[in-house]
Amino acid sequence: MTVTVTWYLVLAAALFSMGAAGVLIRRNALIMFMSIELMLNSVNLTFVAVSKHLGLIEGQVAALFVMVIAAAEVTVGLAIIVAIFRFRSSANVDELSELRG
Amino acid sequence: MLTLDYHALLPELIVAGTVLVTLVVDIVTRRKHLVAIIGVLGLFAAAVPILTLSFCGSLDFCSSTEASRVMFGGAYVIDGYALVLKGVFIFAGFVALLLSIGYLESDRYYEGEYYFLLVASVLGGMAMASSRDFVSMIVALELVSGPAFMLAGWRKGDARSNEASLKFFITGVIALALTLFGVSLLYGLTGTQQFDQIAVLSETVADVPLFTLAVIFIVLGFGFKVSAVPFHFWTPDTYQGAPPPVTAWLSVGSKGAGFVALLTVCYLALPAATDVWGPLIWIVAALSMTVGNVVALKQTNVMRLLGYSSIAQAGFMLAPFGAVAASGAGDLARPFQATITYFVIYAVMNLGAFGTAIIIGQRVGSYELEDWGGLSKYATGVALSLAVFFMSLAGVPPLAGWFAKFAMFRATIGVGNWWGYSIAIVAAVNAVIAFVYYAKVMKSAFFDDVPEGIDVDVAMSDAIPAPIGLAVGLAVVGVFLFGVLPGLAANVGNFSTDLLGTLGL
Repeated sequence: MTVTVTWYLVLAAALFSMGAAGVLIRRNALIMFMSIELMLNSVNLTFVAVSKHLGLIEGQVAALFVMVIAAAEVTVGLAIIVAIFRFRSSANVDELSELRG
Repeated sequence: MLTLDYHALLPELIVAGTVLVTLVVDIVTRRKHLVAIIGVLGLFAAAVPILTLSFCGSLDFCSSTEASRVMFGGAYVIDGYALVLKGVFIFAGFVALLLSIGYLESDRYYEGEYYFLLVASVLGGMAMASSRDFVSMIVALELVSGPAFMLAGWRKGDARSNEASLKFFITGVIALALTLFGVSLLYGLTGTQQFDQIAVLSETVADVPLFTLAVIFIVLGFGFKVSAVPFHFWTPDTYQGAPPPVTAWLSVGSKGAGFVALLTVCYLALPAATDVWGPLIWIVAALSMTVGNVVALKQTNVMRLLGYSSIAQAGFMLAPFGAVAASGAGDLARPFQATITYFVIYAVMNLGAFGTAIIIGQRVGSYELEDWGGLSKYATGVALSLAVFFMSLAGVPPLAGWFAKFAMFRATIGVGNWWGYSIAIVAAVNAVIAFVYYAKVMKSAFFDDVPEGIDVDVAMSDAIPAPIGLAVGLAVVGVFLFGVLPGLAANVGNFSTDLLGTLGL
């Protein structure tokens, strides 16, 4: 049995859905953050799989760009979470309810 | 051999240089407003090549007389559309910087880094306007958003600022992931990232369900960025919690980048999918106008009110765009022009509104509407400028807002079928609702009594910081200029329609 590009795409879709579900269900900012990383990495998997299948290099280049962006986002996101954690000793997003209306 | 058109890239190069210089100067000096001055001068300098590029045809030294300059294999294009939007981003960055100078000095936060991040965000907006492929567009979009996430949480010691930042960040990154997933699927179907090639190649795959899915993902992702309903929930919280000058930048710069992305991608890359994104944007526009305006009615905090108002304004901007695409027929140039005209005017009046709100906030010490009572009795000039911007947002002639609304109605009705008429009716009803809450702010400022907690002498003890005064003054001039000479705004809109030229329309 050969592994075709479809397998990769199905795996990527599954990872993306798991990430999306994680963001929606989990309430800990760190776990939400990890779920978002999962979504971004499923994008990478799609890019690389498709790029290999089509025999084009652009998709792999795009995957590198996505990695760089994801790394930058991690830096910013963790800084924000640390700032909040110092205040409340908790990373639960449901407790963030100062702003409403 | 890669040849670069340095004249065309000059605005970006100047701003990129400014970003680096601000960072270095911040290290070597203790006088932090030097950093701000460098930022302001840098943005000012970047506006010069934008002008020479715009009037390239009538200048001797201009090497290329072509309207559009294409670089990096078509991934980066400088045309009228890009120049207009770069001008708007530079103006917005300029005003946001001026607003920040007075604000940060009063608060003693990390000043130097703040200006560095703000200018970096402006650079992202400028790159965004020229991006014609998905990789450069996504990088530009994140260059706008990344610094903005940090700026929103700038007041580290304030729990509300932290919360604003986290909410903005999480929705922003989810939006990024959605867009990117759509882009990766689109790449799988067409084998290219470049908009013009996608437009050609996607015609063969227009019937594939995966293509529809990809388009929906991309449009939804950008929907978060422009804070259109139902992806708006972060907007009021972030606008209220973030430092006010940052909010001013978010409402024009970050939102504008989302608009640019949406317009460019939908018109250039996805003309084969108008039957997918047309109705989608139509619904989103109608919902944004209605929800934004209705919820704004009961707001008591002016920053939140402006947040909901900006959601509603996004709806007005999307209306002509959705109507013409949903009906699948008609001249694209007019709705396109209407959207750009609306955006340019919105940028000027919204920045002015935030600037005035910041002045009042510093005087009164609060953004709660009840504390703003009787403003005209002790700060007449500020109250009048508040009236100018809020009435402009409501669309009262002769202020600029009326022409934005006029262009929007003309374009939606001009579609000539029920997609256009129905959204014009929704917009008309909403324009009336919007007037109610803008007028509520006016009533508070002009007719209510000064509340007991406000000590007028304390409130008026400091003069308005000169940079903030300059920023608001510029916006007042802009609002009157565009309002009295609507041809000016229309020309700006016309100038930008050469994006459509590349579509062969």
